[in-house]
Formats: sequence, structure tokens, C-alpha cells
Amino acid sequence: MKSLTTIHSRFVPLPEENVDTDQIIPARFLKATTRDGFGKNLFRDWRYEQDDETKPKKDFVLNNENYSGEILVAGKNFGCGSSREHAAWALEDYGFKAVVSSFFADIFKNNALNNGVLPVTVSEDFLQKIFAGDAKATLSIDLSAQAITIDATGEQERFEINAYKKTCLLNGYDDIDYLLSIRQEIELFETSAN
Amino acid sequence: MAKTLFDKIWEKHVVKEIEGGPSVLYIDKHFIHEVTSPQAFKGLEKRGLRVLRPQQVVATADHNVPTLNQHLPIKDELSRLQVQQLIENCKKFDIELYGLGHPYQGIVHVIGPELGITQPGMTIVCGDSHTSTHGAFGAIAFGIGTSEVEMVFASQCLLQSKPKLMRINIEGELNKGVVSKDIILYIIAKISASGATGYFVEYAGSAIRSLSMEARMTICNMSIEMGARGGMIAPDEITFEYMRGRRFAPQGEDWNIKLQEWKTLHSDADATFDHEININAADIEPMITYGTNPGLGIAVNAAVPATDSIPDEGERKNIFKALEYMGLEAGKPLIGMPVQHVFIGSCTNSRIEDLRMVAALVKGRRKNDNVQVMIVPGSQQVSKQVIEEGLDKVFEAAGFEIRQAGCSACLGMNEDKIPAGEYCISTSNRNFEGRQGAGARTLLASPLTAAAAAITGVVTDVRELLQ
Repeated sequence: MKSLTTIHSRFVPLPEENVDTDQIIPARFLKATTRDGFGKNLFRDWRYEQDDETKPKKDFVLNNENYSGEILVAGKNFGCGSSREHAAWALEDYGFKAVVSSFFADIFKNNALNNGVLPVTVSEDFLQKIFAGDAKATLSIDLSAQAITIDATGEQERFEINAYKKTCLLNGYDDIDYLLSIRQEIELFETSAN
Repeated sequence: MAKTLFDKIWEKHVVKEIEGGPSVLYIDKHFIHEVTSPQAFKGLEKRGLRVLRPQQVVATADHNVPTLNQHLPIKDELSRLQVQQLIENCKKFDIELYGLGHPYQGIVHVIGPELGITQPGMTIVCGDSHTSTHGAFGAIAFGIGTSEVEMVFASQCLLQSKPKLMRINIEGELNKGVVSKDIILYIIAKISASGATGYFVEYAGSAIRSLSMEARMTICNMSIEMGARGGMIAPDEITFEYMRGRRFAPQGEDWNIKLQEWKTLHSDADATFDHEININAADIEPMITYGTNPGLGIAVNAAVPATDSIPDEGERKNIFKALEYMGLEAGKPLIGMPVQHVFIGSCTNSRIEDLRMVAALVKGRRKNDNVQVMIVPGSQQVSKQVIEEGLDKVFEAAGFEIRQAGCSACLGMNEDKIPAGEYCISTSNRNFEGRQGAGARTLLASPLTAAAAAITGVVTDVRELLQ
């Protein structure tokens, strides 16, 4: 996993609540056996008419050239539904490094963290302030300081992240590296449990 | 100190605690399927690792399989390759596979319990959010992502923070025509699609205790639809009776030893929860959803909420958008509205009891000409039982189509899809936009309410057909 420290970028606003993983990546695209290339199908059915890439839906934000950036900002309960990690892969492959919302579904949050996509939980008030910004507005996210700033106004909010997960992201460590390092303790546990 | 059911199982499985971080949780059983495992196997190979405990992993093919002509090669090339990859991976890593053609094949959350692999007191994971189903046996069971599947392969452990605990007590007797699916749809409608996020839920109370194992599985299955990490029910005589003699359940002296252990698996009388909800069973009516998340549900004879009566702006916008997708009008009842499809299946409601319930209602009746009805048993064993009990004859006489085991039209991945713009009353678990196929409109309901609509061709209060 790549390490992540700070993100300074414009953002893509998606002021919808309960964005489920079936919208992020519909099930028919889960037939692949590798982690690559899911970005082109990110929000597929919100993005295109009749599943046709030549017919972009003009009112969907990913098709609005005024908006771009490495940060997706979405309404509460983002990533609910299916456990498909393909949702995190699709966001990462499309180019998002962080998702900001007032509330994340648990499994999605873990999947994002395991793929170096930072879920930033902010208050509903702060979220609405971000949405109020224009297309040129930028955000700064500092993982070390656990802070997110609306650059235009300087308004800042602190966000929570598990200390262990923070270390992993800052250094690009995977959980699996850690789990492999305690193999002996796991085997000892198995022996004593039996 | 008084402990909850969750605490008792959790504590027995913590290998170690990381300071300021999660715990290393030992996993007893790991179910896998074709969709969320290939990248995990690839990751393992890239690191030059083996599966640490292959005998604790069980595989099946369910999401991406056709439900017709399963003896023929899968027509869709990508689906065929993915199922083939599972076969190869299981062979390479010595994992037991109940694949297509095997008498134990079926939906992963149906076969685990019916084979007795799922047992009280276990920690169980699967790369599928409906893994919460197994909690019905008094197990800690939850869905994980593919990176976590790889972690369990490599170490038989996961890094997990202990969730908050919620108990939902349902006391009293259920009304006529109300079954376990209605209970869970009622709970989700009450607390919303995110109402239990961050929690692990224990379902308790006399109404839960009176339910069969199949009915309990339906409830635990949909825990994730209110955001819960998982759901669980303390094991009791009903659990033990269900498990006795199953293929992989403990036998002989082992059974007696396990039984003693399982009998200790309940929340102590004075155990405390972070949150508790009390529900009167008599308040629950047959339920149906009208929106595009499982929290948007109403009693079948009620009206869709009038959007201007909703105070919260975000919620109002949500419902407005959902109604637009669903082609429904705010403030109007759903009763009498024509549906084109009825889907009875999925890990929520495809067990033998569900199908018996449907058969009992439709016996001697015939489906409405304007409705296509698909019954998809959850496993090969359920299919066999359907025939042994003669339910197939009832379904055929009613004009229902019986398919072979798989996830089918629950998720719009395999061949079984609902056409854009058409309505489907479905016994599955999600009514998200496009869940059953791009543009499909899903109304979630119980097997009874689905069967009633199959007969009448319109949204129906099943109590009118129950005499």
C-alpha cells in the first residue's frame, strides 16, 4: 500500500445520502479476477444513459467538467450495503485519495483504509459548509494532524482515525504484514484454545 | 462481571490486543465464494504464501452461477472464468469446494447452517455482507472485504475493533400473516438504514425465542441493512434441535461436550448494552418497502409517506429521489398496484421453511397471468427437499417457475435480472437502485406477501388470503 500524509485538492461534491456500494460499482462489473480497471465503471448507472459510455448523463457530477479533484465529498451513510471491496478499488482507480462524509458504513470504511483511500468523517455542519463552496474551492487534509481545512475560509475540523490505522496509512503498512509477524502467537493461541 | 453473549465469544477469540488499536481476532470458519476471493488468492500468491488453515475454509459458487441448466458450461465468459478460477484456487490451496454439480452447492449463507458447519460460539467471516446470517446460531459472524479475506487466508486472524453493542427486544405474539421478514423490515424502517452502524446487535425477547432457526436466520441476515456489523441470537433448544445430526455438527460424546459449552452462550441477566430498543410484537404488520434502501418500508396496507411531511431536508430529498426512481407517488397506498415479477429466493428467504410457507398459501391456487414468478431454492439440498415434500407439484400447478440454487435475481450479476422499469416483489434483502438489474424496481417483502402478489398480480395484504 502507498503511504498517505497530506492531500490538497479540489473536490467532487455528491450531496446524496445512503450512497450504496451497488451504485459505486454495480454487481455486473464484479466478474473480474484482478483489482485493476474498476474506475471506468465507478458510479456507472448514475454516470451513463442506458449503460452507454457515449451517453454521459449531463447532470451527474463526474460528467461536469467544472468539478474534479482527488477528494469525493458525499452525504451521510456513504458506502452502505454490500461488502464488495471493488467499491474502494473503483474510487482509488478513478483517482480519489479521500472520501469525506458525515457518516460511513463500517465495511466500506475498512475496505477504503485497506486500500489507502482515506475516509474522513466530519460533522454534518462542516459537510454542508464544504458543499456550499464553489467548483474552484479546495480542501486540505492532513493525516498526521487529523485535520481537514476548507482552504478559502480557513475553517478546520479534526477527524477521528484509529491510531493503528493511522500509522499504517502514514507508512504504507498492510494489516497482513503485521498479522504475518505474529504467526507464532497465533499458533500458540490455537494450541491453548484446543 | 456480567457479560453479553457477544463479550463471551469475543473474549475467547482475542489472540492479543494492540495498544491504541484493534484486537487480533481469531477466526474459526471462513466461507468463500467466487466473487470476492480471486484477488485475495492472487495477493497470497504474490507474497508466496499458503492458506494457513485450509481445513477451516469452505467454498461454494453462488453469486455468479446460472439457475438453469447448471450441468452445461456457463454461457457468460467472464462468469465462467471466475467460477473456474475458484475451482483452480481451491485445488491449489487444498480448500473444500462445494461447486456447481456438488450435492452441497448453494448460497453460502444457506449451506453453512444446513451442513452444521455454522455452530454456536464460533467466529465466522465471509467476503459477503450477509454473513451476519450465521449469527442466528449464537456466533459472531460478519462480512469482510477482499483484503481481509486475504488476511484470514494468511493468518486465520483479522484486526478488529470491538463494536458497540445493541440489544433489540421483541416481546409478545406476532399477528396473523406476520413472519420474521416482517420483523426485520419493521426494525429497519424504525431505526433507518444506518441506525445500527458501529453496533453488533443481539435480538432477544419472547417473539424471537419462539422463532424457528430459518426465521432467526432471516432476521440476522438483514442486520447489515441497518448498518450493523452483525446480528446474533443466543442459542437454545430450538438451535440445538436444528443442529443435531447435521453433516458437520459434532457427533457422539463431542456433541455432549459442545452442548454444555453452548448452553453458557447467552447474555447474563444483568449484562448492559450501549443501546437497547424494545418492540411490541403486536405492533408489527406485514411489511413492504417502497424506496431504494431497506429502511424505506411501511405496513403493506399503509400509504407511502407524504414527502412534505418529512421535517429533515436530507431525508425528504432522499425519499423524493427514491420515489422518482420507483415511479411511486407520495401519500398513496401501494395496495392494488400491479407487479410484473415475484422473486422468492436469496440468502434471506430461500430455505425450506420459506418455501413451505409459500406452498401452503398457493396450494390449490394459480398465479395471475400478468406476473412471472421465480422460486430459487437456496441450495441443492433445499431443492431436493422441495421435491421430496412434493412442493414442486404445488408450485408447478400454480404456474411458478422453479430454478436451481444460487443468488439469482437478488443482485443483478448473473443471468437472472428484472427488466428496467418493471416492478418485482422480492424476498431478497436490498432494494437499491439497479440491484435486481439496471432500472429494476424492487419491493422487499416476506415470502407470504410475495406469494400473495403472485396470486393476485398486485400488491396484496396476505391476511386477505389467509382464512
